[in-house]
Amino acid sequence: MDFIDYYKILEIQKSATEAEIKKAYRKLARKYHPDLNPNDKTAEAKFKSINEANEVLSNVENRKKYDKYGKDWKHADEFEKAGGQPRGGGGQQQQSGGFAGGGFGGDFSDSGDFSDFFNSMYGGQGGGGRQSAKYRGQDLNAEFQLNLKSAFTTHKQTLTVNGKNIRITIPAGVENGQIIKIPNHGSPGANGGPNGDLYITFNIANDPKFKRDKSNLYSTHDLDLYTALLGGEVVVDTFDGQVKVKVAPETQSGTKVKLKGKGFPVYKKADQFGDLYITFNVKLPTNLSDKQKELFREISKL
Amino acid sequence: MTNSNLILIEQICRHYEVEPDFIVSLNSYGLIEIIELEQNKYLKLQEMTMIEKMIRMHYDLQINIEGIDDISHLLNKIENLQFELQSVQNRLRIYDAE
Repeated sequence: MDFIDYYKILEIQKSATEAEIKKAYRKLARKYHPDLNPNDKTAEAKFKSINEANEVLSNVENRKKYDKYGKDWKHADEFEKAGGQPRGGGGQQQQSGGFAGGGFGGDFSDSGDFSDFFNSMYGGQGGGGRQSAKYRGQDLNAEFQLNLKSAFTTHKQTLTVNGKNIRITIPAGVENGQIIKIPNHGSPGANGGPNGDLYITFNIANDPKFKRDKSNLYSTHDLDLYTALLGGEVVVDTFDGQVKVKVAPETQSGTKVKLKGKGFPVYKKADQFGDLYITFNVKLPTNLSDKQKELFREISKL
Repeated sequence: MTNSNLILIEQICRHYEVEPDFIVSLNSYGLIEIIELEQNKYLKLQEMTMIEKMIRMHYDLQINIEGIDDISHLLNKIENLQFELQSVQNRLRIYDAE
């Protein structure tokens, strides 16, 4: 574990009094509390660090150990017994005073990016003056990557969250960034409290062929000059398979055709689909033979 | 509404160690809805996450009910804006270079 400067985190001097620590902690905790900063991972991480800093600095004994041994403060008792200093640590000024400050509670989704001290102390829970109460477990957030094709059909998928396999049904038509809640699959509650919930955010990767806007799909189809001029039929791809589309004579490049009901399924509305919009892109022929060039010249003179 | 969707206020207060007056205040500000059935007072189970959040704001962050009311409105606004932002971002993906 790297050294974390708790004084810097709480934006206080090393000589700060207990009242100053408390004030700084209250101010920062309000600013970064996860309840007041929804979906803000930076604030969440900051909040954890503030809590950890407060837990150490607001406790007289812990603060003394921290001041003396720095990052190895948790092993202070062992060092004291051995009668020495830790390798490369310590040497910081000693402070006196302190108070037993209560921690803040909250739902923390990610506990992997701060020191394990905080996790062992809080585990995502806390609460000044209500520590003995039963607490609901922390909510967990997970991200799930999907491609557009997978989001087209309702299917089941197994996720591993905190070492547990959870089988979930992903409804067709799920949106990029959409969050679904799986009740009771968060962390276990404390003191007999209920489990938290699991929130899954879907990240749907862009598809090289289709663009999506809610339940409508958009794609481009190349059209050869002759079909564009004379009309005909082309086969276009949809998520539902290939379909034949009539091309009117003298179709211009950029012309859009709508294939009704060939778009994306509407979320949680069985049998309802958006539309697929095909934009024709007329490709001019290349590598013309002499005869073809001659014929085009003739046409141009008509 | 069945009783399984409701939770006794008394039970909540005992569980979270909060004053019943706090729950009553939340109700008077329209932040939650108290349901009375056969002389018992209940809250909707689905509102529990929100109530827990308000308990934390009040008891942990020492925010008064007026503050919780204001914050709740602002958080709703943030939530709507985040949803709108996500929708706009999804629409913009149409124009992303392949």
